[in-house]
Amino acid sequence: MDSLPLVVFTGQVATSVIGTDAFQEADILGITTPITKHNYQIRNVKDIPRIIKEAFYIATTGRPGPVLIDFPKDIANAIIELGNVEEVEVNLPGYQPTTQPNYLQIRKLSEAVSSAKKPVILAGAGILHAKAMEELKQYAEQQKIPVVHTLLGLGGFPADHDLFVGLGGMHGIYAANMALYECDFLLNIGARFDDRLTGNLNHFAPNATVAHIDIDPAEIGKNIPTKIPVVADAKEALKQLIKQDGKQPVHQEWHETINNWKKDYPYFYDQDAKDVLKPQKVFEMLFEKTKGEAIVVTDVGQHQMWAAQYYQFKQADKWVTSGGLGTMGFGLPASIGAQLAAPDSCVLAILGDGGFQMNPQELAVIREHNLPVKIVIINNMALGMVRQWQELFYDKRYSHSQAQIQPDFVKLADAFGIKGYCIHSSEEAESILDEVLHNNEPVLLDFRVEPGENVYPMIPAGKGLHEMEGVKP
Amino acid sequence: MIKRIISLTVLNQPGVLNRITNLFSKRNYNIESISVGPSELEGVSRITCAVLVDNENITEQITKQLNKQIDVIKVVDITDQSIVSRELALIKVPTLPTTRNEIYSLIEPFRASIVDVSKESIVIQITGETEKIEAFIELIKPYGIKELARTGTTAFPRGMQMQSNQQKLSIV
Repeated sequence: MDSLPLVVFTGQVATSVIGTDAFQEADILGITTPITKHNYQIRNVKDIPRIIKEAFYIATTGRPGPVLIDFPKDIANAIIELGNVEEVEVNLPGYQPTTQPNYLQIRKLSEAVSSAKKPVILAGAGILHAKAMEELKQYAEQQKIPVVHTLLGLGGFPADHDLFVGLGGMHGIYAANMALYECDFLLNIGARFDDRLTGNLNHFAPNATVAHIDIDPAEIGKNIPTKIPVVADAKEALKQLIKQDGKQPVHQEWHETINNWKKDYPYFYDQDAKDVLKPQKVFEMLFEKTKGEAIVVTDVGQHQMWAAQYYQFKQADKWVTSGGLGTMGFGLPASIGAQLAAPDSCVLAILGDGGFQMNPQELAVIREHNLPVKIVIINNMALGMVRQWQELFYDKRYSHSQAQIQPDFVKLADAFGIKGYCIHSSEEAESILDEVLHNNEPVLLDFRVEPGENVYPMIPAGKGLHEMEGVKP
Repeated sequence: MIKRIISLTVLNQPGVLNRITNLFSKRNYNIESISVGPSELEGVSRITCAVLVDNENITEQITKQLNKQIDVIKVVDITDQSIVSRELALIKVPTLPTTRNEIYSLIEPFRASIVDVSKESIVIQITGETEKIEAFIELIKPYGIKELARTGTTAFPRGMQMQSNQQKLSIV
C-alpha cells in the first residue's frame, strides 16, 4: 500500500521436494501473492538473470512496489555461465505503465483550475516517488493553490511555505481538513484517498470538482468519484500543467480564510504543565535541536502522529513511516536502513514503548555496524493510541493497552553496549539532547512522558472532515 | 445485481489463475463462472469471467485491478459489445423406456445431443448461451438429473460490431 520499491529474496526447499511439505517448506508465493506487486519462483537456473532484471524493473517503475523472488535450494547452489547480463531482455508484455499524461485531460484540468475559486492541492507520496517536489512548488506558486499533505506525502512541499496548509486527515490540522471540506476544486496528486485521510466519504469535499493525477489507474475513482482523471507520472503531469500557464487567479479571500483557520486552530498542548513531560514538548525540542534536518523514522501510534504534527519537514526524503498498514515494530529496523542509506545524516528513530519492544533485537545490528541512530522512545507505559480509543470510544474499558510490566530500556540498551538515558523533565531533555544528538554514537533516550496524553485534534471514526474534535484547548 | 462478462488474455505462467482468483476474493468480488483455455497465441491463455456486481463502477475497478497484474496482458469488459458467448453442459438423466421418447423430443429443438447411452441413463450435451442452458435444465428437471457439469461462459466479441452498440470511452 505504501508503494515501496523492494526486491526480496527468499529461500525455498529444493525443486525436487516442493509440494511435499518438506522440512521448512512454505508456500511463499501463495502467501505473498496478495501483498506483493509481483513474485517469482525460479524453476530454471537459466532464468535467474532475466527474473532478477525484471524484478528490479517492476519494483522501481510505474507505481513502485515489492517484488519477491523465491530461490529453491538446488537453484541457489547451481553454477551457471553468466554470459552478458546487459543483453538480458525484459519481456513483460502485460506491464506497460503509462507515464505521459493525456494532453486533452491536462487541458481540461488546467481549465478547471482557472475557473476554481477555492482550489486545494492534496499532495501524496506520489510526489516523492516521482521526485516532483520542485514541479509541485512551481505549480502551486504559479496558480496560488494551497497544498495539503497526506501523512506519507510529508516533505513533498516545504512546511515553511506560505501555501502550505498542513497535514490532513484523522489527526491532521483543522485548517487542512476544513480546506478539503470547503474547497470547490480538489487536485489530488499521487494520494490514494485513504480512509484515515477522507474521514466519512459523504462529507469529503462535498462541493468540489475532483481531479486526480495518479500513475496507478486503479486508484482513480476507487473511493471518490473523479471528474478529471489523469493517469501519469506526477512529475510529467505537473510539467505539462506548468506549461499550460493558465489564467492566474488570486484567490485572496480563500487564502485569508485558510490563514485564519491556521491562526485560530493550531496544534496545542498544555505548555505550562508542571512536573510532567509533555510528549509534544519532546517533539518541539527534537525539531529545534536538529533544525528540522534530521531523517525522522517512526513506528506506529501516538508518537507517529505527534511527529507528523510537530516536525516541520522542509525537504523530501526525511520522513520514513508505515502508513497504509500501520505496522508496529517497523521503526527500529527502518531506522537502520535509513542510516545505512544516509550515513552522514542524523537519524531519529522515534518509537513508542510498545513498538520498540516488537523488535528490540535490532539493537544488536545497530551496535554491530556502529550506526549512530538516535533512538527516541516516547514512553507512556501504554499502547497509547489503543488506550486513547478505549478511553474515548469504549467507555474507558482499558484492555491490554497499558503496560503493567516494562523492561528497563536503559539497562536493555546497556546490555547491547548502547548508552541509554532515562529522561523525566524538559530540563533534563534539554541538556541530554545537546550532548547526544550530534555525536557519532548510537544512543537510546527513554522519555517518560505523561501517560494520559491524547492526540488531538481528531476526526472520530465515521465522522466527516468538518467534525473534528479537540480543535481548541 | 448485474452480470458482466470480462475477457482477459494472460501469460500462461504458473500461478496466474491463482493470482486472478486471489484478487477476486481479496477485493470481495463475486465470480459467477470462470473458464480458461489456450488462445490463438502460444503461451497466452484466454480467461472469461462472468461476475455479478452491484454497479458498473465495480466492474471498472475489477478491470483496473486485473490490469495491474503483471501476467495479465489485456482486460476487456465485453458485456456491452456484440459478443458470441457459449457454455457447455453435460447432463446425466435417468431413462425409462416410457420417458426416453419424451426426452428425445426435448433435445431436438435445443439442438442438444446424446453423447452416452446406458441401460438406465443417458448423457446429454448441450451448448449455447447461459439462458438457453438454464431453460433446458428446467425442462429436463422433472425427469430427474443424476449429474450435471457446466463449463461456465466463454466468450469474445463478434467480428462485426453494430454501430448502435457504441463502445464506452475510457481514458485509461
